[in-house]
Amino acid sequence: MLREIRFAFTKTIPVLLGYIFLGIAFGLMIQDAGYSFWWAFFCSLFIYAGSMQFVLVTLLTGGASLVYSAVMTLFINGRHIFYGLSFIEKFRKMGKAYPYMIFSLTDETYSVLCSLKVPDKMNEKRVSFLIALFDHSYWILGSVLGAVIGELITFDTTGVDFSMTALFVVIVLNQWMDSREHRPALIAALVGVLCLFVFGADKFLLPALTITAFALLGGRKLWNIQ
Amino acid sequence: MEHSVAIIGVVALCTLLTRALPFWILGGKREIPQTVKYLGKVLPPAIMVILVIYCLKSVNIFVGSRGIPEFLAVALVVALHCWRKNTLLSIGAGTVFYMILVQAVF
Repeated sequence: MLREIRFAFTKTIPVLLGYIFLGIAFGLMIQDAGYSFWWAFFCSLFIYAGSMQFVLVTLLTGGASLVYSAVMTLFINGRHIFYGLSFIEKFRKMGKAYPYMIFSLTDETYSVLCSLKVPDKMNEKRVSFLIALFDHSYWILGSVLGAVIGELITFDTTGVDFSMTALFVVIVLNQWMDSREHRPALIAALVGVLCLFVFGADKFLLPALTITAFALLGGRKLWNIQ
Repeated sequence: MEHSVAIIGVVALCTLLTRALPFWILGGKREIPQTVKYLGKVLPPAIMVILVIYCLKSVNIFVGSRGIPEFLAVALVVALHCWRKNTLLSIGAGTVFYMILVQAVF
């Protein structure tokens, strides 16, 4: 068991650094919006989705409707559907941990599990579960840490919300560098900016996402996007 | 307060739904419709671009700091990331730089 814990921990060290850091950014941001560390704790415990939790802060401060919040979440987290596909058979054999493995499948846990090669002497199911559990703990720890730091230290946190912008810019760059097909991103940029002018800052997001989805569906045959 | 709890609940449930869906619906078979597969490939990069626009939506280039801090900070993130490809460095440096710009410079 101890060897499995050590093995799982080693595999998650990159996630540890990333989650503590991003968690702190999220904690600072939600605290800055007027919510105590308990809110950060429960959000990270029950939602556990990085990008979405940043957007959540803007939903909270803007007093978004529940339907809007739901649609937004489905759009932003829709990619998760495709992560699960790779693990259907593997997770089924996990017994009691099965529901937790599904709940905790984030981008980062997905990538660690994808490249996981467990030594023969160790229990693969237990290692997978520990990896998922460790990653979740790092995220909770980071976000609570951020919110507590924001409460205790009274430095000026104006502008800390830029961490969300920076995170999304980095994700866009990574996707851009990983793919030779840039038209979906370019179409989204065009539709996004147009919608911003047409619908205004407060209302543009949903139409922009919807129109982009339809444009990409149409573009599949029209421009042979693959 | 109550509305905030409700929003968090809805976001948590919908997130879980996206994660449980493949196990729930496609649990038996691994064949997914081509259209769904296609969307799964092209939508994520498109959504992220729109989220960047979402983050910058309140920037007004005609008043206040005219979007200069945002422009400079995004430029720094892009330059750093193209150079080192280190996610934490890009986000950390970009955020600190932006905070300095809005607090001390503009």
